[in-house]
Amino acid sequence: MWGCLGQHFKVRSLVRTASLVRNFFLLKSNFNSAHKSPATAPLPERLHLVTPVWNLSTRGIRGLSRAVGPEGSQKKGRSLLQFLADRFYDVQALREYLLRKQVLTVHQKNRPFTYIQERFGPHVAGVYFILKQGGAVKFQGKEWIRSNARGHFPLDFMTFQAVPVEAVDASGCAINYQGLDSVLALKELQSLWLQRCPHVDDWCLSRLHPLANSLQELSLAGCPRISERGLACLHHLQNLRKLDISDLPAVSNPGLTQILVEEMLPNCEVLGADWARGLKSGPEEQSRDTASPIPA
Amino acid sequence: MLRRALRLGLGRGPLSRGLGTHRGGSTLDQNGKLSEIKKKIQSVLPGGAWNPLYNTSHLPPEHSDVVIVGGGVIGLSVAYWLKRLEKPRGAIRVLVVERDHTYSRASTVLSVGGIRQQFSVPENIQLSLFSIEFLRNINEYLAVVDDPPLDIQFNPAGYLLLASEKGAAVMESNVKVQRQEGAKVCLMSPEQLRNKFPWINTEGVALASYGMEHEGWFDPWCLLQGLRRKVQSMGVLFCHGEVTRFVSSSSHAETTSGEEVTLKRIHEVHVKIDRSLEYQPVECAIVINAAGAWSGQIAELAGVGKGPPGTLQGTKLPVELRKRYVYFWNCPQGPGLETPFVIDASGAYFRREGLGNNYLGGCSPTEEEEPDPGNLEVDHDFFQDKVWPPLAQRVPAFETLKVRNAWAGYYDYNTFDQNGVVGPHPLVVNMYFATGFSGHGLQQAPAVGRAVAEMVLDGHFQTINLSPFLFNRFYLGVKVQEHNII
Repeated sequence: MWGCLGQHFKVRSLVRTASLVRNFFLLKSNFNSAHKSPATAPLPERLHLVTPVWNLSTRGIRGLSRAVGPEGSQKKGRSLLQFLADRFYDVQALREYLLRKQVLTVHQKNRPFTYIQERFGPHVAGVYFILKQGGAVKFQGKEWIRSNARGHFPLDFMTFQAVPVEAVDASGCAINYQGLDSVLALKELQSLWLQRCPHVDDWCLSRLHPLANSLQELSLAGCPRISERGLACLHHLQNLRKLDISDLPAVSNPGLTQILVEEMLPNCEVLGADWARGLKSGPEEQSRDTASPIPA
Repeated sequence: MLRRALRLGLGRGPLSRGLGTHRGGSTLDQNGKLSEIKKKIQSVLPGGAWNPLYNTSHLPPEHSDVVIVGGGVIGLSVAYWLKRLEKPRGAIRVLVVERDHTYSRASTVLSVGGIRQQFSVPENIQLSLFSIEFLRNINEYLAVVDDPPLDIQFNPAGYLLLASEKGAAVMESNVKVQRQEGAKVCLMSPEQLRNKFPWINTEGVALASYGMEHEGWFDPWCLLQGLRRKVQSMGVLFCHGEVTRFVSSSSHAETTSGEEVTLKRIHEVHVKIDRSLEYQPVECAIVINAAGAWSGQIAELAGVGKGPPGTLQGTKLPVELRKRYVYFWNCPQGPGLETPFVIDASGAYFRREGLGNNYLGGCSPTEEEEPDPGNLEVDHDFFQDKVWPPLAQRVPAFETLKVRNAWAGYYDYNTFDQNGVVGPHPLVVNMYFATGFSGHGLQQAPAVGRAVAEMVLDGHFQTINLSPFLFNRFYLGVKVQEHNII
């Protein structure tokens, strides 16, 4: 952020920036800052931050980041931004805009391709969506179609109108609740891999029930937002034979959750947390536990 | 300073002003003015009661455009949407008055936290659909820079409503209306129910409706704190006090049929500070009554219902306190992780809580057995007599359970038709209601907040048309009866 400010205003020293800031930016009154949320940094810490900044000679804005170590500069940069945001309306609006922009980029990635949907049907639109996100699709009897490093993929699947899609690999894609519309259009899907998707959460899992007739394999490993509450809605998928729920950081008790999910889906093989991980091993049994891991 | 001194010294209220002369008109006699000046001079001289350097940081401001009475989820939702929909930014000053900042008796935090679309009135379904979309994107709506994202712990397990032979036809027509509005509900026969949930005893069940998506339960405290944090960052002022008085002026008008009506306009809200005798008169343009179970008392203070019964002046706000119990028990052999929020045909309900086979549940008492709402004491015999038997009959595993905890909370019960009251009062022209939801206020709060904000800012409802919920229906006798109330 400091870099772009420098390009925009083209000033060298921080002292000159400060005087410009005072004249240029809108100063907030003390009344508003008193109503900030209590989670912001307390005042003495911010004052400490200001003194070394002012003591810098004509080093320049880019020089500011070189003055301290990398993660220190990030933290100090954020507190400085917070300091400014508490006092200037424009900086606060800018920060809110940057936060909003992060959200909007995810929305943009998950927008539906309505033209393709109208022209070629929801089946083709779904496949196109997944390939565009960076995932891979496997039609029945054909090979995996994947986009290459530049994001290009062969378009001959447009002719496969009647061929059902067997498997979808959306690992690591920025697919979210809205983007699942396209996946749900593929009615004969048998295998869905959603490993390490950062925006797949409990709400998305509650949407998977239309695939109950065909879905046999589901992988949710490594998704940071899925908790045991979302796993409860998987009981609609009675045809599921393989479920992977390993490495879910938001699940509070992985061992117990796995037991409950196994009870919920009796015909399914659940790969997940080792149930012994939740138990505390006694001191004399330690070597025995690590030697023979109990299969999930 | 001068005005404050006059008020502290004199404090006679509107009587000194007379009707229609709010802004200190020129109708005061010279003698009266002279005696006022004398009194002021006496208090300024040493020995008088006037202290010019008086710390008022704990008091609310003297002027506020909108005063929201009640800081629960509905009041905060109205404040949020007012600040979000106002043009230009920062145009409206909003003050939220809440007398209990620990929320120890507020209905919001004592609620079971469910959200469903299985209602019979289409407006209720739309309100709930909007609210679930709000909750799903809560981190976009309520994002505050540098604060951690909210996790409302939503369980998307759905609701399961069971109906006996008598209620099966009504349930079918309800599900049709729900599907038309966009809710994802399916009907199940007793065999399908047994296949899906083997722990249910389907004796006496003719039909069941199961919500597949957009239904479940969440943590209301997290929603409340998220709203509070966001609303504070948007510049809404909070006051820890109680509204004791409304100062209003009236004017007479004639209807087209020649009847005379008295229109009232509230000018000041007297906010009394907690555990103190001091109060602050807040001059305001609009008052929003979001006081929940106590809205009836606030409405009476404003003069709603003071007139001969049967007339519009005499129509009271029919919202009263009703006490409801919630019991928390543990049943080791109970239903598993897939358990939805089950509402039995008898009115008893339960839902799972957490991973440890704990359950929350209760039942609404009939009109004759309504408990006394004076305090929040729990009646454990009610569980033994009225809640446990129907639940144990429906879920045989519940025959062995152990009650761990119980609490009581208030419903802001609308005795007329158990649905919310939203919108302005026809006679007290600047008081808006957002109350009376009778147990489903939490799940409709975001949408109701938006509706009230649109009504205040634009004069009409825009996203969801809540005109069936206006106050007029109490006078006209038009009931918007909701059948699926638990």
